[in-house]
Amino acid sequence: MITLTPKQRFQVPVDAENIQPDRFETKTVEEIKALPVWEGNRRRVLADLFHIESEEAPSSDNATIRVMGDLTKLKKIGAKMSFGRILVDGSVGMRLGEDMRGGVITVTGNTDSWAGTMMKAGRIEVRGNVGDYVGAAYRGSTEGMRGGTIEVHGDAGSEVGCFMRNGLIKIQGNVGAFAGMHMREGTILVEGDSYGRLGAEMRGGKIIVLGHVPSILPTFTVTSVRKRAKAGPEQVSGPFYMFTGDVAENGEGRLYVAQAKNPHLHVYERYLVT
Amino acid sequence: MSLLLKNGFVYDPLNGVEGEVMDIAVDHGKIVETPLSQVQKILDVTGMLVMPGGVDIHAHIAGSEVNAGRLLRPEDHFKDVEVRGKRTRSGVGYSVPSTFTTGYRYSKMGYTTVMVPSMPPLEARHTHEEMDDTPMIDKAAYPLLGDWWFALEYLQDGLLDECAAHIAWMMRATKGYAIKIVNPGGLESWGFGKNVHSIDDPVPNFDITPRQILRGLCQVNTILNLPHTIHVHTNNLGRPGNYYTALKTMDCVQDLAKGKQPIIHVTHCQFSAFKGSDWSNMHSGAEGIARYLNRHTHVTIDVGQVCFTNTTTMTADGPFQYGLYQLSGNKWVNHDVETETSSGIVPFRYKRKSYVHATQWTIGLELALLINSPWKVFLTTDHPNAAPFITYPQIISWLMSRRARAKLLNKINRKARKRSALASLDREYDFHEVAIMTRAGTARALGLTEKGHLGEGADADIAVYNVNPETINPSTEYATIQRAFERTAYTLKAGEIVSRNGEIVKPVQGSTYWADVQTREPQEAAADLKQRFGKYWTIQYANYSIPERYLHHSKPIAIKAEV
Repeated sequence: MITLTPKQRFQVPVDAENIQPDRFETKTVEEIKALPVWEGNRRRVLADLFHIESEEAPSSDNATIRVMGDLTKLKKIGAKMSFGRILVDGSVGMRLGEDMRGGVITVTGNTDSWAGTMMKAGRIEVRGNVGDYVGAAYRGSTEGMRGGTIEVHGDAGSEVGCFMRNGLIKIQGNVGAFAGMHMREGTILVEGDSYGRLGAEMRGGKIIVLGHVPSILPTFTVTSVRKRAKAGPEQVSGPFYMFTGDVAENGEGRLYVAQAKNPHLHVYERYLVT
Repeated sequence: MSLLLKNGFVYDPLNGVEGEVMDIAVDHGKIVETPLSQVQKILDVTGMLVMPGGVDIHAHIAGSEVNAGRLLRPEDHFKDVEVRGKRTRSGVGYSVPSTFTTGYRYSKMGYTTVMVPSMPPLEARHTHEEMDDTPMIDKAAYPLLGDWWFALEYLQDGLLDECAAHIAWMMRATKGYAIKIVNPGGLESWGFGKNVHSIDDPVPNFDITPRQILRGLCQVNTILNLPHTIHVHTNNLGRPGNYYTALKTMDCVQDLAKGKQPIIHVTHCQFSAFKGSDWSNMHSGAEGIARYLNRHTHVTIDVGQVCFTNTTTMTADGPFQYGLYQLSGNKWVNHDVETETSSGIVPFRYKRKSYVHATQWTIGLELALLINSPWKVFLTTDHPNAAPFITYPQIISWLMSRRARAKLLNKINRKARKRSALASLDREYDFHEVAIMTRAGTARALGLTEKGHLGEGADADIAVYNVNPETINPSTEYATIQRAFERTAYTLKAGEIVSRNGEIVKPVQGSTYWADVQTREPQEAAADLKQRFGKYWTIQYANYSIPERYLHHSKPIAIKAEV
């Protein structure tokens, strides 16, 4: 296992896409220390910014990376990684696990926005909260998360899974506005409350909310009441109102909203054919 | 500074030099006769290919539509980032790169002159500002005049001389170089939600047809002695069955030709060469167009070759772009430039497995291979409409190697492959022909007498490619060819080495060419024009014209008009 600790508090964003198992794998500690990294507009090497220690003999595998300390300015850790593990002890900056293709990232603190954007496979677990655009597409792009799992124990910001195309996002806390916006496929499970505007312009996929939802967009049609819903491997029990939409996009996305926490949605029941 | 390029294999088609080992001498930014009495620097280019600097006849690299494209596509910048170098600025963008990156990338490929093909007159100021910010290359812009109200009015009344005097004023006012006609009549119709579908459809609110616009402006072009011909983007572009419209467009001006001089340039012809009645039975009309070009001398075309990549389409053809938006469902921009023209932008991905896209790919190559004379068909991708300009080296490798084409042909949509004649085309371009279609031919078509050749007095814009034409077999070593054309060993601009082995060593500012048309009477904007500006334009007449001092490096080409 390789451990990285910042030498000092970062003043400017650090672009650290080289902190990932694929780049570390076959290298000695000395080679790892010499990997390039951008501190603001300055090109540095990892050893300039981090204390780097290898816990085992240098020949051991470097597929597990531990990063600890104040990492809120550290961007793009684990970008494009395809295997191995990254353990982040603390809170980390933007674009964690961007375009990830495999492996596991675990964060004990919070992450900034764009965690797991364009992710293809693998798993990200965040014990704290995450920022906006979890598993989303890059600005302007329509290629969101394509596979893998993101699990957040805390809350998430706005536009969770924007342009999501597959995979599973599980948020145990609350989510901001526009969760599942432009969604094409895949599943978002929100165990807490939602700020609303769920699934705007979604064309496919599934959003399940166990908590409170202020209102449903007018471009969704209520179709039935379901006893349970499936989120990846697990079953969640309801009952749920099921809506489909977004009709404005000829979408076939599904919204499952828990009946228990949303008594104000009872008005939809009169549209249900019994 | 004087400089001698020693022992290169020189390809200079305009001077009849075809791969001879020669020395090229340069002094004060011009090519001079060898031997030079005193040479400050000798560059040994033994075993390398020496060509004039590339001249691109059609690439959207600056202007309001390009900038709107940049705003529309952050994801395009995200994937392609250029870090600041010792001498270069940082930049971003794959299909719509930032200005500095555009200049650097062209220079690395050995291109030294690039034409900006669509400048709405109202946006001329912006276009010139961006062109001034594009380093390493000389530039010029074609103002869009095919749907220009005043031109349409003069032409419908048959007032050719008055129209010519007016266009002369427009060239000066916008600092333009050639007359660009986009979907003549169609853009004016688009202002009313309509389009024209043949060259004989009437244009709403005018008593005129596209045929009359084309013929009228073609005659005006001759009266004004403009260096380039009319530069035409045909009606019905990008619609199945439009090859017939393209042929009609070429044919409608045929009787105006004098001698063997070309009088019309049909641009990105691939988009105008579709046969069939709808998308499911659309197929190549390249053969018909090639046959026409092989029999006539009054037309030149550029290819507009598609590559399978993610790019951004942008044209002044608003109705066409609207159609493209409906096809793709992508985000889009559509714009009406006041009374002048329209425009549209749609991101687009050309897919190998799509029947239509694959057919488009074959059409471009068929055009280039079926037209016998490279003096009539030029290499473009209509950057960024069919592909970004950085794909030129790959296209050159397809043209030079049957095997390179076959390799990709095997991977495209099966139906497209079966219906295409491409597999049966054995022709392979040689270096001489490549030099014609990428520099000599385009320079000649543009009337740029100091570009595209290495004769005495020419601008010392030179590209040296690290490939030995004596030992290489382009047919099999197409990958080497592609690499060589991607990065020059040396690019010289005005006699200075500006790029070496794909690295910019000296950033330079190019010049902006414009047609300084001198009429017998001094050009004065008509009184009613000034009056109408107050009524219809958002810009005051006084602020409309661009003064010469506004351009950083102005290079007027003085032309005597016959009016």
